[in-house]
Amino acid sequence: MKYVDEFRNPRLVRAIACRLENAALNPVAIMEVCGTHTMSIFRHGLRELIPRQISLVSGPGCPVCVTPAGLIDACAEIAAVPGVIIASFGDMIRVPGAGTSLENARAAGADVRMVLSAVSALDIARQNPDRQVVFISVGFETTTPGTAAAVMQAHAENISNFSIVPCNRTMPAPLRLLMEEPGSAIQGLLCPGHVSVITGSSAFEFLPSEYGIACAIAGFEPADIMQGILSIVEQVENGNPHVENCYGRAVNPGGNPRARALAEEVFRPCDAWWRGLGLIKESGLALRRRYRSFDALQRFGIEPAPGNEPPGCLCGKILRGAATPVECPLFEKKCVPSSPVGPCMVSAEGTCAAWYRYGIGHNRIHQTDD
Amino acid sequence: MEKQIKLDHGSGGMASRRLVESLFLKYLKSPVLAGMQDSAVIGSVDGRMAFSTDSYVVDPIFFPGGSIGDLAVNGTVNDLAMSGAAPVCLSLSFILEEGFQLAQLEAILQDIARACGHAGLDIVTGDTKVVPRGKADKIFVNTSGIGQIPEGINISPSRIRQGDAILVSGSIANHGATILAERLGLDSNDVLTSDTCPLNHLAAAILETAPDAVHAMRDPTRGGLATALWELAESSGCCFEIEEEAIPVEPPVRAVCELTGIDPLYLANEGRCIVIAAREQASTIRELMRSVEQGSGATVIGRVTGNRAANVILSTRSGGSRLIEPLSGEPLPRIC
Repeated sequence: MKYVDEFRNPRLVRAIACRLENAALNPVAIMEVCGTHTMSIFRHGLRELIPRQISLVSGPGCPVCVTPAGLIDACAEIAAVPGVIIASFGDMIRVPGAGTSLENARAAGADVRMVLSAVSALDIARQNPDRQVVFISVGFETTTPGTAAAVMQAHAENISNFSIVPCNRTMPAPLRLLMEEPGSAIQGLLCPGHVSVITGSSAFEFLPSEYGIACAIAGFEPADIMQGILSIVEQVENGNPHVENCYGRAVNPGGNPRARALAEEVFRPCDAWWRGLGLIKESGLALRRRYRSFDALQRFGIEPAPGNEPPGCLCGKILRGAATPVECPLFEKKCVPSSPVGPCMVSAEGTCAAWYRYGIGHNRIHQTDD
Repeated sequence: MEKQIKLDHGSGGMASRRLVESLFLKYLKSPVLAGMQDSAVIGSVDGRMAFSTDSYVVDPIFFPGGSIGDLAVNGTVNDLAMSGAAPVCLSLSFILEEGFQLAQLEAILQDIARACGHAGLDIVTGDTKVVPRGKADKIFVNTSGIGQIPEGINISPSRIRQGDAILVSGSIANHGATILAERLGLDSNDVLTSDTCPLNHLAAAILETAPDAVHAMRDPTRGGLATALWELAESSGCCFEIEEEAIPVEPPVRAVCELTGIDPLYLANEGRCIVIAAREQASTIRELMRSVEQGSGATVIGRVTGNRAANVILSTRSGGSRLIEPLSGEPLPRIC
């Protein structure tokens, strides 16, 4: 498959691994921000190819995982309103709130449908004019422009049975928070490739200039990720932190201004709760006045409760890179992908789910019995 | 004739009889079934018998490459075949929703009859119930089957030995990817089709020639290749080491998986099998599998080792390695 196979070529990956082995003279702590990176690293077994002195820490880049519990309960409450159709991305359906989930709501009789985009949700609204269709709008910069386009279209067509629950988040603010965390040991960031397609590589310039963090924007195939890690290690070793774009086939310095303009037309920045991280200034998106009638929380008069984290759950620390899943007392015991306790276990891209699915017993692989 | 199923069709009275005579017996030609007795009385079965049952509730009921009717026959035939049994006969039960289109039922019966023809067996007994609208989703099907295990055949994960070769009969995840694409409304331009097919001829081909060399078989249905391998490894107490590069995945299936973020190793197959066989005869078995249409894509994907630290280890295409865990929860498409 084009643009996939060439970046999984084992000779290429091994060649980068070899250079990495030579470059990594000292321990380096690298955070991969994006959930898709976390999953790809596990799925392709890349930890096996990375020198031991490089530690990889998973960051808060799974939009499903950081959606607050109270907001999920609010979505389930809307789902229970007679006649409502909920349209949601697949991995949002199983996420537990404080009391329930969309999956539970569906089991109790709600009409919850899986879609791949907000535009498909709008189609459902057109096909069901006598029912309210509510799209659960999670996502970072990558996903938001598509949702904004759907809202603008609904506005232009005067579609009155379509609305969204705005759960969108933006990336730079939590990165700043992580870097200001006392005692943060992170020296490099593997920056999210898809977010960068929209924001451009320049959105991450503050990390090296203000915090001395080495940055590499990387795609999601094995060679992309290995190249990104190599770039970070070389930057750290040379004492020359900057933003290196290792995903040139998709990312340019200025990003995609048209996509950003769509998002800016429909949404304005607002303070927002992140599950596990708390309230972060200017890190969420609210509908602008002109489009406020498409806000499902207002339409149904529902106020999300501040969500409590489940007791014992370490997701907050895990999202900050301050703990690994195996340190959590619930991991693999009470908390498994089929009945997740914390947000990081829910989406396939959550750190705990990735560790569960691909990573647990990682060190067992070479203990051959003879 | 009516166009839709009514509650009366399941009442056991004249309408039920009309349905059986005008529709079911039109396609299902077994003389035992045509006798319309309370039980099918069949001939004696020599030696050990295999008995299996499964229910089919797939949505959509028609999909590229087949229908719920094909699945209902092939699924149970394959469960029997994977125990080393030659399927003898099947039962067939429907639970129909009031209002279900008779034309659709007829199309499903045609598929059932054709699938029975391919597998080489008959439906010998059946039942139909109708439930009020909304109490079932269109049509649910149950089949049970009896099979006969020939003398000298012993298929069991307990026979798996260190050094054995692990084979699959063809490209994986075609069925799961097809259903997923249909459900998500992805237009596959007819390049995706389900792999549903009977595996009894394939199983017979290898068991007749090399009965001792075949240690275990499994059809990796729900949970996909990953879960089936894990379960076999778990019950054998051995470790399976699999090469990602060797696992056949067709380009359209890969495309759906890349798009949705779902690992093809966890998608269902309805006409594929895993065969674990003595290494010395692995190439013979591969060629025997390839000699049958349903095994034309047969290939060796890995081997059984004595590494007791893990159940299944996958060497990835990029040169890394990872553990394979069983499916936990339905696979859901990711957001981005």
